[in-house]
Amino acid sequence: MDLAPVLDGFAVVLEPTNLLYCLIGVVVGMLVGVLPGLGPAATIAILLPITIGIEPVTAIIMLAGIFYGAQYGGTITSVLLKLPGEASSVVTVFDGYAMARQGRAGTALGIAAIGSFAGGTISIVALSFLAPLVASFALDFGPPEYTALALLGILLVATVSSGSRLKAVVAACVGLLLATVGRDGFTATERFTFGNLNLADGLDFVPIAMGLFGLGEILYNLEQRHNATQAPTKVANVWPSRQDLRQSSGAIGRGSVIGFLLGILPGGGATLSSLAAYAVEKRRSKTPERFGKGAVEGVAGPETANNAAATSSFIPLLTLGIPANATMAVIFGALLVVGVTPGPQLVTEEPELFWGVVNSMYIGNILLLIMSIPLVGLFVKILRVRPAILAPITVLITLIGVYTVNNSVFDIVLVIVFGVLGYLMKKAGFDPGPLLLAFVLGALLEDGLRRSLLIFDGDATGFFTRPISGTLLVVFLLVAVYPFVATLRSRRRQEPAQDTSDPNTKELV
Amino acid sequence: MTVLVGFVPTPEGEAAFTAGLAEARRRQEGLLVLNTPRGGAPVSADVAPPELVRSLTSRAEADGIALELRQTPHTGDLADELLRVADSVNASVIVIGLRRRSPVGKLLMGSSAQRILLDADRPVLAVKPQPTAG
Repeated sequence: MDLAPVLDGFAVVLEPTNLLYCLIGVVVGMLVGVLPGLGPAATIAILLPITIGIEPVTAIIMLAGIFYGAQYGGTITSVLLKLPGEASSVVTVFDGYAMARQGRAGTALGIAAIGSFAGGTISIVALSFLAPLVASFALDFGPPEYTALALLGILLVATVSSGSRLKAVVAACVGLLLATVGRDGFTATERFTFGNLNLADGLDFVPIAMGLFGLGEILYNLEQRHNATQAPTKVANVWPSRQDLRQSSGAIGRGSVIGFLLGILPGGGATLSSLAAYAVEKRRSKTPERFGKGAVEGVAGPETANNAAATSSFIPLLTLGIPANATMAVIFGALLVVGVTPGPQLVTEEPELFWGVVNSMYIGNILLLIMSIPLVGLFVKILRVRPAILAPITVLITLIGVYTVNNSVFDIVLVIVFGVLGYLMKKAGFDPGPLLLAFVLGALLEDGLRRSLLIFDGDATGFFTRPISGTLLVVFLLVAVYPFVATLRSRRRQEPAQDTSDPNTKELV
Repeated sequence: MTVLVGFVPTPEGEAAFTAGLAEARRRQEGLLVLNTPRGGAPVSADVAPPELVRSLTSRAEADGIALELRQTPHTGDLADELLRVADSVNASVIVIGLRRRSPVGKLLMGSSAQRILLDADRPVLAVKPQPTAG
């Protein structure tokens, strides 16, 4: 492996500006991790307009910092207040809060920080080696492969994501439909524009992301009431004892591997991997009854896994140009906004950006490790701010932000429309993630499909004649058909029993 | 009939609790401690932490007083909430702690104590913390 671009990447990160934005990113990330409701996807969406004025590398370093910083922050509220700030920290509540009640809150936070650091770092090292390989492999990809990959990505996100599978597929279809709005790239025919000039160039990604995630989540959270108001907790004795470290070292190792693998998977990501890591720890443990009563492995495993996953989910984005989850879709949009098209060429064409972003994660993780514990008091103070004060400010920032992108009032209207849509979707139990992802991948899918059909002279069977696209499409079919087969099988096996269609999907909520 | 104490975990709240306890002993009545944070935020500095609650309970027990502690959050004005609770339990006396507020601060922020004193239709006992404590 050629090391020169890697080292150049460090030179990029160590520029004062980039260091500063890395710091800003991780601090903002921790903040939103602490605040329940406002997730990393929403925050990155809201901050998209900021990225326009600054260098692409700097912008992505900051946004990436928000993403993995949020995984750190979510832990703090889970442990101290039994209030997961982040979906990926839900399982930390079980043992983290139990530990806090035994007066070991500091230990839980310390272990979580160490585990997060270890998971993140292991994941970055693996990313550094794996990403160029995947990218060089993907350089051979033509339009048919991208078509198959985009299809598979959309389907996987729809099936693996939390909540109802059918609803996720519906959301993804709406996303695909929205991607077709605007002038057709091949024939310049106007589609779904209704004669409106603003729609002629298609729907912009930024207002959709800001509306669905930013505004939608703010509206939805205003409805939530936190009835249990708690007193601020004191944290002491952060350094875990040697015994705690020994107990959790295995969990940290396994969590890193689980997180890394699940993070790459489309639709996987931090939430799924933390759940998986917790389940694995509980199953492996000789004393599973300790779990839920303050087992240190129950904190270490999931916290390690969610950070490892947050890092590794950059692989599909930076090497294939396929976002693996909703947050990655927003970062994908950010890359487009700053004028970088993610894809296999990224490693060779923009090595400074690629390695700059990857290496910034080392720095970011070190910053997080140093800051997360001393800042706990500050974060608890922030939780004292009522949503009634926070929400209007956030909405204002969102709307001003979207206006500054294009100086277009139409974009503000779009944000509001998609904000209401996002709110209604959440209320009805639809996850807006698949919609946004399908919207992003929809352009890619359509482009790939049309190009390949031109190559194949309109013969759709051509997709199966090429080895990579053929394999991907077979996988696609397997993923699409598997749930039906599985339900049929289980129904046949337990004929009188009620339809308990896939308990896994329920757990993920 | 009970003695109602408006409590926050500060020296003023502490003084109010001490006075309320003495009052309950003198009147041979139960003690209701209202420790209500403003609702909405997940964390509030106005809530008594569990250790403090334990120490309050044990002090009441030592004096043989029946203590009830309410920590449900309220919306709107604290003074209204306190008076509403006072009405609903028909408190014989309301005990509150007074804190030092500068004239400008009072102009801007208002004063819950003043509102309670003016609006209450029952006796109000207003106490100050020991000078050494605050």
